[in-house]
Amino acid sequence: MTTITTEPASHGDDHGHDHPKFLAHHFETPQQQFDSGKLGIWLFLTTEILLFSGLFCAYSVYRANHPEIFAYAHLYLNKWYGALNTIVLIFSSFTMAWGVRASQLGQKKLCVGLLGITFACGIVFMCVKAVEYHDKWREQILPPGPHSDWYNPPKGPEEPKENALEAKISADETARNKVAGEAALAGSSTPAASSAPAAPIIFTGPTTRLASDGVLVEQSAVPKAQIGPTGIDSTWNREHAPNSAALGGSSAEHVGPEPYNTHIFFSIYFLMTGLHGLHVLAGMSLIAWVMYRTHRGDFSPAYFSPVDFVGLYWHIVDLIWIFLFPLLYLIGNSQ
Amino acid sequence: MTTITPDFAHSPREPALVRDNYLNHSRGFLSWALTLDHKRIGIMYLCAVLTAFFVGGMFAELVRTQLLMPNGALFHSADPNSSAVYKTYNQIFTLHGAIMIFLVLIPGIPGALGNFVLPIMLGAKDVAFPRLNLFSFYLYVTGALFAVLSIIFGAVDTGWTFYAPYSTNTETAVSWMVFGVFILGFSSILTGMNFIVTIHKLRPPGMTWFRMPLFLWAVYATSIIQVLATPVLGITLLLLMMERLLHVGIFNSAYGGDPVLFQHFFWFYSHPAVYIMILPAMGIMSEVIGTFSRKHVFGYRFVALSSIAIAVIGFLVWGHHMFPNGQSTMLGTIFSFLTMTVAIPSAIKVWNWLATMYRGSIELATPMCYAISFMFLFTIGGLTGVFLGTLSVDVHLHDTYFVVAHFHYVMFGGTLIGFLAGIYYWWPKITGKMYNETLGKLGCLLIFIGFNTTFLPQFVMGSQGMPRRYATYQAMYQPYHVMSTIGAYIQLVGFIIAAITLLQSLLKGKTAPANPWGSATLEWSCTSPPPHDNFKTTPTVGDPYDHSNLVWDDKIEGYVRDNTLAEPYTTTTHIPKQPAGH
Repeated sequence: MTTITTEPASHGDDHGHDHPKFLAHHFETPQQQFDSGKLGIWLFLTTEILLFSGLFCAYSVYRANHPEIFAYAHLYLNKWYGALNTIVLIFSSFTMAWGVRASQLGQKKLCVGLLGITFACGIVFMCVKAVEYHDKWREQILPPGPHSDWYNPPKGPEEPKENALEAKISADETARNKVAGEAALAGSSTPAASSAPAAPIIFTGPTTRLASDGVLVEQSAVPKAQIGPTGIDSTWNREHAPNSAALGGSSAEHVGPEPYNTHIFFSIYFLMTGLHGLHVLAGMSLIAWVMYRTHRGDFSPAYFSPVDFVGLYWHIVDLIWIFLFPLLYLIGNSQ
Repeated sequence: MTTITPDFAHSPREPALVRDNYLNHSRGFLSWALTLDHKRIGIMYLCAVLTAFFVGGMFAELVRTQLLMPNGALFHSADPNSSAVYKTYNQIFTLHGAIMIFLVLIPGIPGALGNFVLPIMLGAKDVAFPRLNLFSFYLYVTGALFAVLSIIFGAVDTGWTFYAPYSTNTETAVSWMVFGVFILGFSSILTGMNFIVTIHKLRPPGMTWFRMPLFLWAVYATSIIQVLATPVLGITLLLLMMERLLHVGIFNSAYGGDPVLFQHFFWFYSHPAVYIMILPAMGIMSEVIGTFSRKHVFGYRFVALSSIAIAVIGFLVWGHHMFPNGQSTMLGTIFSFLTMTVAIPSAIKVWNWLATMYRGSIELATPMCYAISFMFLFTIGGLTGVFLGTLSVDVHLHDTYFVVAHFHYVMFGGTLIGFLAGIYYWWPKITGKMYNETLGKLGCLLIFIGFNTTFLPQFVMGSQGMPRRYATYQAMYQPYHVMSTIGAYIQLVGFIIAAITLLQSLLKGKTAPANPWGSATLEWSCTSPPPHDNFKTTPTVGDPYDHSNLVWDDKIEGYVRDNTLAEPYTTTTHIPKQPAGH
C-alpha cells in the first residue's frame, strides 16, 4: 500500500514548510513566481499595443486616403510642446529604469526618490497636455461633439405622426433649424434666433490663423458660415490660403486651401493622445502604489518584481508616445 | 491485492461531504464571493454562463415563434409600413446573438471548465494569477449587467455586429451594450493571460509540451487568440462609443468616416473570436473521444499543432465576412483562398478523432454521445463554411439563412455540444456525483434531433433566397420555418431533460469515484470532488492517453491504476507486435 500522507488539505497558518513571505502558495519557488509574473506583464503589454493598433490603423487609413488633411491640420499643433513631452517621457523612462535597478540592489531611499522623479515627470507631461488641449478648446478645434447637428441628411418619406402634437413638434423643429441656419449665415444673433430655444452648437473650425508676425489673428472676415462639413468658408480660404511660414513652418510655400473634413485629423489626435493620456495616468497611479510599497519596505533584492513590472508598463507608455509624436506632430509638407 | 488505490486520506467510498474537499473547505457567502480557488471560480462561471444561456435561449424561442407565420406570429401589424414589428424583432435577435456569443460561447468553456480543470490537469495548485482570475469573473458579471441594462434603456436593434452607420445613428442603448461588451473583452483578455502563463510556467516536472493533454493545447491556442484579438475589439467598441458620443468622424460617413472600416476592425476580432469559441470544444473532444474509445488519441502531434495552426491562420481570414461589401476582388480572392486553408487543420482534427475511435473499445456514455454528435454536426457546419468561403458562391448566400444555419452548426453543434460533453464528462469530478445515464442520453438525443430539425431546413431556404434577420417573409418559405420552429421546441424539451439529469444527480446521485471513466489525465487521480489544494504532493506525470494500466474496480465502481501492469508507453499507440515474417 502506498504511504498515505496525513497533511491537512488546507494550508492555513501552520506551514508545513518554510517559505518567504512574498511567495504565493500556489508557486513552488520564488523563481517560478517571478518568471510567471514577467510573462504575464509582457502579455499584458502586448494587449496594450494591440489596443493602440486600431488607432494607428485608423491613422494610416485616413492619412493614406486624405494626405491633404494631415498636411494642413497638423500645423495647428505645436511641435515644441510635443518635443518637450517626448523629452520628459524619455527622461522619466530613464529614471524609472534606474529606480528598478535601485530596487533590485535594495537601495530603498534611492528607489523612492527615482520613482518620485518619474511620477513628477508624469505630472509635467499631463500639464503640457492640458495646455495643448486648452489651446484647442480656446480655438474650438474639436471633434464635432455631441450636439453637432450640421449634417442634415435628406429626409425620406416621413412617418405619419401619431397625433397633432407630434406633428407640431416636428414642424417647430424644422422651422427652428431654418432660423438657426439663417442666423449663423448673418453672423450675428437675430431676435428670431434668440427667442427660439437654443440652437445646436455649430462646429466652425479654427477661428484664428497665425499671421506672418507670429500673432494669432481672428479670422473675423470669415463668416461663421455652415458651408461644407468643417464649417469653414472654403471660398474665402481658397483666395486667402495661408502659407506654411505664416503657420510656423519653415518654407513659404502655400499650404493650400483648407480641405474638407479637417476635423478628422483632430478627432484622431484627441483619440490617440487622449487614450495615451489615460494610460499615463494609470501608470502614475501604479508608480505611486509601488513607491508606497517600497517605502513600507516590501521589497528586497530577493523580491522586487512589482517595481520591475510597473517599470515595464511605464516603458510601453513611453514607447507609444514616441510613435505618436512624429506621426502627429512631425508630418512633413512634401505630400 | 495488487491494485493500488489513489492517494486518499480516507476510504474512497465515503460520502464526499465527510472528506475535506473544495466545496466544504470553507463556508459562507464571502468564502465564495472572495474566493481565490480556481475551482470555485469555475463553478461561479458555470452558473453564470448557464443562466445567460437560458436567457439567450428564451430569446431564440421568441425568434422562432415569431417566424411561424409569414406575417409574424408574435409581432405583427395590419399596417405594412409600421416599423414597430421590425424594431422589436430586431431587438430580440440582437439580444439572442449578443448574449449567446459574448456571455455564453466566448467565456463558457474557458471560464467554466478551463478554470476548473486546467490547473488540476497540470498537477498545479491553482492558476498563475488567482486574484486576476477572480477579477476576470467580476468583469464578466459587470459586463453582463451593462448588457442587460441596455435592454432597460431602450434595447439594441443593430444585430450583434453593430454595423455602422446604423449603430452610430440609432437610439442610445447601443452605447450601454457596447460598453458591456467592452468590459467583457477585458474579462476574456485576463483569462487568456492567466492560462498562457499557467501552461508555460506551472507544468510539473516531466510534462513537456508534447506530454500535455490535448485539452490544454486547445486552451493554450484559445488563450493566444484571446490575448491578441480581443484588444482590437476593445478599441473598435471604444471608437464606436466615441463616434456616437462625440461624432469623431471615423465610422460615420456623415462626419467623414468610413463604415466599411468599422467592418474591418470588427471582423478582425470577431473572426478569431469564433476560433476562441470552437477550439476549447475541440480540446474537450480529444479528451472525451480518447477516454471512451480507451485508445491513445490518434496523431497527437497533428492534433496539438493544428490547434496552433487554427489560431494563427484564423487571424488572416476576416474578410470573408465582407465579400459583397465593397472590398476589391483581389482582396476577396486572397481572403477566400486563406479561408480554404483554415479548414485544413479543423479537418485534420476530425479525421484524427475518427481514427481514434477506429478499433477502439467504445463506451457510449453520455459524454461520448455528445462527442459523436459533435463530430457529425461540426462536420456539416465546417463543410458548409467552405461553401460560404467560396467567393462566387458567397455572393449568392451572403446574409441568407444559409449563413445562419452554418454558424449555428459550428457554434451550437460544435461549441455548445462540446460544452455539454465537457460538463457531463467532468461532472463527477466537479460535484462528486454520478448522474442517470439513461436520462442523460435521452437529453442528448432530443437535443440532436431538435437541432437538426431546426437548422437543416435553414440551409435549404437560405440557398433559395430567404434573407436573415427578417421578421416577416414570403409565404413560399413557410414550410421550412415551421419545421425549424418545431425543432426549436424539441430542443427546448431536450435541454430541460439535460438540466433535470444534472440537477437530479446533485440531489440523489451516486457518489462518484475518483476515476469513473478510466481516463489517464491527471485530474482523475485526485478525489471527486478535489481537495482544496488539488494535490497534496506533485503527482508523477506519464502519458496522458495511456489507459493500459487502469483497471475497473467493482467495489468503488471506478477505475484505479494498477502499476503492476505493463509500463506505460510514452509516444505511440500500443500496437500488438506482428509475428516475424509479416
